[in-house]
Amino acid sequence: MATERHDPATGRLTTGHEWNGIEELETPIPRVVFFFLAVTTLFAIVYWILMPAWPVGVTYTKGLLGIDQRAVVTKQVEDAATARAAWTGRVTEASLADIAADPELMHHVRETGRTLFIDNCAACHGVRGTGGPGFPNLAAKAWLWGGDPDTIEETIRIGINGTSPDTRVSEMMAFGRGGILETDQVRAVAAYVRSLSNLPMGEADKTRIPAGKEIFAENCVACHGEDARGSTDAGAPNLTDAAWIYGSDAQTVFTTIYSGRQGHMPSWEGRLSPVDIKMLALYVGTLGAENP
Amino acid sequence: MVTGLTVSERHMALFVLGALALAGLAMAVGGRGDPLAVHGYIVLAFSLGLGFVVLSALFAPEPPESRLSEYYDDPTRVGIILSLAWAVAGMFVGVWVAALLAWPELTFVDSAWASFGRLRPVHTSGVIFGFGGNALIATSFHVLQRTSRARLPDQFSPWFVLIGYNLFCLIAASGYLIGVTQSKEYAEPEWYADIWLVIVWVAYFVLYIRTLQRRKEPHIYVANWYYMAFILVVAVLHIVNNLAVPVTFGHAKSYSLFSGVQDAMTQWWYGHNAVAFFLTSGFLGMMYYYLPKRAGRPIFSYRLSIISFWGITFMYMWAGAHHLHYTALPQWVQTLGMTFSLVLLVPSWASAGNALATLNGAWHKVRDDATLRFMMVAAVFYGLSTFEGSFMAIRAVNSLSHYTDWTVGHVHAGALGWVAMITFGSLYALVPWMWKTERMYSPRLIELHFWLALAGTVVYVFAMWNSGIIQGLMWRTYNDSGTLAYSFIDSLVAMHPYYIARAFGGLLFLTGAVVCCVNVAMTIRMARHARKAEAGGDVPLYGQAGAAQAGE
Repeated sequence: MATERHDPATGRLTTGHEWNGIEELETPIPRVVFFFLAVTTLFAIVYWILMPAWPVGVTYTKGLLGIDQRAVVTKQVEDAATARAAWTGRVTEASLADIAADPELMHHVRETGRTLFIDNCAACHGVRGTGGPGFPNLAAKAWLWGGDPDTIEETIRIGINGTSPDTRVSEMMAFGRGGILETDQVRAVAAYVRSLSNLPMGEADKTRIPAGKEIFAENCVACHGEDARGSTDAGAPNLTDAAWIYGSDAQTVFTTIYSGRQGHMPSWEGRLSPVDIKMLALYVGTLGAENP
Repeated sequence: MVTGLTVSERHMALFVLGALALAGLAMAVGGRGDPLAVHGYIVLAFSLGLGFVVLSALFAPEPPESRLSEYYDDPTRVGIILSLAWAVAGMFVGVWVAALLAWPELTFVDSAWASFGRLRPVHTSGVIFGFGGNALIATSFHVLQRTSRARLPDQFSPWFVLIGYNLFCLIAASGYLIGVTQSKEYAEPEWYADIWLVIVWVAYFVLYIRTLQRRKEPHIYVANWYYMAFILVVAVLHIVNNLAVPVTFGHAKSYSLFSGVQDAMTQWWYGHNAVAFFLTSGFLGMMYYYLPKRAGRPIFSYRLSIISFWGITFMYMWAGAHHLHYTALPQWVQTLGMTFSLVLLVPSWASAGNALATLNGAWHKVRDDATLRFMMVAAVFYGLSTFEGSFMAIRAVNSLSHYTDWTVGHVHAGALGWVAMITFGSLYALVPWMWKTERMYSPRLIELHFWLALAGTVVYVFAMWNSGIIQGLMWRTYNDSGTLAYSFIDSLVAMHPYYIARAFGGLLFLTGAVVCCVNVAMTIRMARHARKAEAGGDVPLYGQAGAAQAGE
């Protein structure tokens, strides 16, 4: 029983159906809908003709423009590499010292090294290379393995306790847990080590210093040296400076001696290109110099 | 409510719950030492708990025959409440994960469940399936009966659909927290939950068809076409994308039947059509009923609603590939995804236009009535986000927007602006009808909710647009050395203020949802008081239908 009704608000007829009070108007589809339907469909058809579009059996229509996303991206990557080659070629060829002396090359190194460093190294060493508990501060120039660019390059390449067969290997032994020293002895040597950097300490610790000095001479000098200035051959830190990887408070120094430490730095060879490693080595050398 | 079931339906319910309890027990025993067992216990507790509810009313007398001359709205009422409960829970987790992104150190509990990766799907499933799904089921039962002038064919199956669906949501959300996922976005639940949802969903479709068969109207109203498309296509998508082989029947883990780029394509065919048929089609069904009803206006154009329906249904099926631009997916598939996405804009805007033009002659109501304004703004956001979607499907645009927060902003323009707004508008219209009150408890609270929701959406979407475009530009900026100008962390630093803004926008939206819950709870209380005052509870539920249902 369809009964069309005149809708005064629009002047249109209803379809005559009614559902729970809802009616519908007989409004024809506005022309603009057909217009845009035609425009978008036409665009689609033109696009299909020009670009890879429809599957045909085991292949597909390649499109008149012959565009292939794989070829496009390969070309873009090649073009970008060619454009960069103007200076990356020179970075590859030149020695680190020569690059460091060339302001133009160093401009590229700084610009690219920063992004490389933050994307790859900052997770441990921090955005500005200042490190954090367990991760050396690179801006402090307290080098474990040596700070000249060639050594830094080597450290990045092979890592420390890393996966490369040539990796640098270093370990602080667990003197307390390993049963080499008694707890009291650990406490004494910790006091002595802290006294080397004139760190503030209580009276009890001060009285331990002489005993600690003796224990140090018997157990620690092999790596850290008689003057406790460390050794870049063993990757042993200088204990007389202000740089502390794990922390300089009494508890942390005690823990370091008692339980030992074995830091890891990944071997970046194979993950980063030789040019990237070279730039990073130079960039790491500039840390601390910028924004003094 | 159990007394509303016939005695044989109560037996049926007990039988199904018993079978479910046995299934739960089997999962708990067979899955010892696996997360499957946890889910077994949840299923067991769930079905036993409900079993006691049914048992408590098992020997109550048969419901009166007069019920058959009324619509069956109990499941709709419960569905509304469940929907709002999921809304608050899901949006709360949303604000939580948004805060985690802005302040990662907020992970105050050092356990796996509190990590971003596990909480995020609780948010997405909570709002999409918990809030959206329950709202769709609740409103579809209401709309279906009213526009067919037919009562649901029985009283058991709507409960089976509603409660079964919520069991699925519960399994899904709890699974994410204990680490059960098949790592497919919006299809995370594992094989046993998927099988259960298929059973529930088929029951839903059968229920829908059976009711339509009983209709007293010569024609099927357009809202029902949209609801049916939602039910049917979601079943197809769900089944295909979740085809998987469990490691054993005693393990939660399964392996997808697809791998590599086929897996990616199947997933995004599913993913995009979940947007199309869950978040669009179903909610268009909602809009086509509640908007004209509330506005008191005829639909602007019957023909427009029909071509929009078929346009959307046909075109969306192709669009999924635009999620995989510039990937291993062959370029010809990307071309089809992009071009069909562009044509799709026309039926999408036709739907939005049809909704807005329906308001011609009722704009003064839009001004005065926040409920109708919710629906109007929903239609506007539907138009905006479908335009944005088609725009982002263009390969060149996608090369900037892909993997950035722009996508997140786009999704939320649709989810907050369209899906949630149309749902809240519809619920504000529906709740007084369902609880037989003249109006919601407080129109001013609706007004407050409207502005909270709108402000929250706008803040959220603008924050993510800015963040996403900045992100995209930073990722592709080269310096004069020809290398990348910004590190990834640089882009994170740039995004931080927008992440704070996003969390704030989300908080506004969540606050609005809480206001809605208060308003609905007070309306229900108001209805109870009114009924008690009137007749000491001695009048049949639908006794005053003539008066209170006048608006319906």
